[in-house]
Amino acid sequence: MQQTIRWRRRTMRQQDADSYERSIVSALEWDKPSFKVARWVMFGLLLLGTTLTVGPLLWMATGALKPAIEIFRTPPEIWPSTVEWSNYVRAWQQLNSLRYLLNTAVLAAVAVVLQLAVSATAAYSLSKLKPIFSNVLLFFFLSTLMVPAIAYLIPQYFTVVHLPIFGISLINSWWAIWLPEAANAFNIIILKSFFDTIPNELSEAAKIDGANSLQIFLRIILPNSLPALAVVSMFTIFATWKDFLWPLLVLNDPNSQNVSVSLYQQAIAQNSYQPLNVLLAGFVIATIPPIIIFLIFQRQIMRGVVTTGLKG
Amino acid sequence: MVTLKHPALAQPETRTTSWARPLARFMQRNGAGLLFLTPAILVFAFFVWYPMVYGFVLSFQKNAFYGTPSFVGFQNYLFVLHDFNFWTAWRNSALYALYGLLIGYLIPIVLAVVINEVRRGQGYFRLAFYLPVIVPPIVTVFLWRYLYEHDGGLINSLLSLVHIGPQPWLQSPGTALPSLVIVTTWANMGGTVLIYLAALQGIPAQLYEAAEIDGSTVWQRIRHITLPQMRGIMLILLLIQLIATVQIFTEPYTLTNGGPDHATLTVMLMIYQYAFASGNFGAASALGVILFLVLVVLSLGYFGITRRFNRGVE
Repeated sequence: MQQTIRWRRRTMRQQDADSYERSIVSALEWDKPSFKVARWVMFGLLLLGTTLTVGPLLWMATGALKPAIEIFRTPPEIWPSTVEWSNYVRAWQQLNSLRYLLNTAVLAAVAVVLQLAVSATAAYSLSKLKPIFSNVLLFFFLSTLMVPAIAYLIPQYFTVVHLPIFGISLINSWWAIWLPEAANAFNIIILKSFFDTIPNELSEAAKIDGANSLQIFLRIILPNSLPALAVVSMFTIFATWKDFLWPLLVLNDPNSQNVSVSLYQQAIAQNSYQPLNVLLAGFVIATIPPIIIFLIFQRQIMRGVVTTGLKG
Repeated sequence: MVTLKHPALAQPETRTTSWARPLARFMQRNGAGLLFLTPAILVFAFFVWYPMVYGFVLSFQKNAFYGTPSFVGFQNYLFVLHDFNFWTAWRNSALYALYGLLIGYLIPIVLAVVINEVRRGQGYFRLAFYLPVIVPPIVTVFLWRYLYEHDGGLINSLLSLVHIGPQPWLQSPGTALPSLVIVTTWANMGGTVLIYLAALQGIPAQLYEAAEIDGSTVWQRIRHITLPQMRGIMLILLLIQLIATVQIFTEPYTLTNGGPDHATLTVMLMIYQYAFASGNFGAASALGVILFLVLVVLSLGYFGITRRFNRGVE
C-alpha cells in the first residue's frame, strides 16, 4: 500500500517536472478500473514467471539440505524432514571446493589484469595515438568478431599444445586460459569507443606539461574511464567463471581446474559415487560467489549488458 | 636527444646518415602508438590470427597430431560430407535454432514490455529473470538433469500433481532436443530481457502521447509504435541468437552427449567428437570451416533480406 502511494507520488512529481517518461499506457489510463485490474494481473503473472527462474535454484539449495532419498520424491517436498547442513560441509571438504574456488578466483583476477594490460593499451593507441596502420589493425581486430570461435577451436588448441616460435606447451598451465582470453576484440571496441569520448584537450594539456604517453594513459585515460573498465572487468570475471569447453581441453590436472571443469569431472567422471545431496550442495557453493559479485556490482553489470548488447 | 623534438632547429649540428632521420621522425610519430599496440598484436597473432589461418590449412591436411602432416586436398571435406551423421547434425542444429526462436525469442520481448509497463517491482523482476544468467552453465545443466529426472524429478513430480504421467524428457529422441532448448532459453533469457528493457526506455514518450491523443488503443500503440521502434534491436538479437545457438556446446555435451539415437548430435558436438574422440583433426577443421562459411552466408543473406525489408517499409 505504502509502495503504491510512493509510486503514485513519484509519477505525479515526475509529471509535474514534465520529465516523467510514460510508456505505452499513460498515467491517466492507469487510473481506469479495467487497467488497474489488468495491471495487477500482469504483476501476478510476472511473479509467477519468476518462480520458473528462482524456483529451480531454490530447489537446488533446499535439495542440498535433504537426506538423499528425499530429493526425488512425488509429490515434491519443499522443506526436508531433517535438515542436513552436513551436506554442505561434506561438499566443501570432499569436492575440493576451496581449491577450485581459489583457482577460479586467481584465473579471473589475472584475466582482468591482463585484459586491461592488453585491451586498454590497444584501445588507447587506436583512440588517441593513432600510429601508422592503426586503421588496418582495427579492421583486423574487428574482423575476428565475425568468425565464430568454434571455427578455430582446434587450431587454437594445437597452438596451445605447441606454441609456435617458443616451442613450448601451455597445457595444464593457466597461461593457456589467460593468453587466448586476453585476445578479445569486443573489449577493445568497448574501451576504444569510451576513450573516444574523453576530450583530446586533456591529454594535450598533459603533454605540454611534459607527460609521456604512458603517464597520460595511466593518469588521465584510465582514471577517466572507470565505468568502461568496470564493465570490461565484470564481463571478464563472469566469462572466466562460466568457461567450460576451453578449460576442459587445456586443464587436465585436477589441481589446476576451474569451477566448471572440476565440478563436471567430479560429478560425471571420477567421483560419481558422491551422493546427490552433496553434489547439489557443491553446485550451490559454486553459484554463491558469482551471485555475490553480481549483487555488489549490479549497476555496472546492468549498464554493461545494456550498452554492449552482450549477455554476461 | 633534444634534436628529435625540434628537427628544424637541430639540423645543422646532427650528423646522422640519410635514413636515420626519417626513421627517428617515424619513431617519434608512431613509436609510442605501436608500442601500446604490441601486447594486443602479439596475443591476437598467436591465439587468433594464426589459428584462423592454421585451421584453414589443417582442413586440407592429414594430421594425426604427432608426426609430419601431409597434404590431402579436399579429402577431409569429402570425408565429412559423406559422414553418415553429417546431415543429421545439421538438421539438429537447425532445429535447435528453430526451437530456440519459437521458445526463446518472443518471451523476452513480452516480458520486457510487461515489466516496463507494470513498473512496480522492476528491480526485483530484473534481478529474478537475470539470475539464471549468472549461474555457472555447468551448474545449470546438472540442475536441469535432476529436474528432468524420470522418476521423481521435480518436473515429473509436479506433473503428477495434476495427474499427468512422467515424461521421458531427455531420454526420448522426440523430446530430447526441445528439452535442451528449454535449458538454453532458461539460462540465457535474462540478458535479452535487459537489452529490450533498455530499448523500451529509449522510445520517446511523445510518440505514445500523440497516438493517445489520436484515440489509439493500447494494442494499436504496441503494433504501430513499440514494435517498429524496437525493430532494429529485435533483428540484431535474432541474428545473434541464431549464431550463438549453432555454437552451443555445454548443454548437448553434458546432458545427452548427442543421444538418444543422435537426436541431439549438433554440428558443434560433431566437431568435438571428430577431434577429441577420434583424433581426426583434419575432419574437425574441415567441419569448422564449413560451419564458418554457413554462418557467413547466413549473416550476409540475413542482412540482405533485412535491408530490402527496411527499404520496402520506407
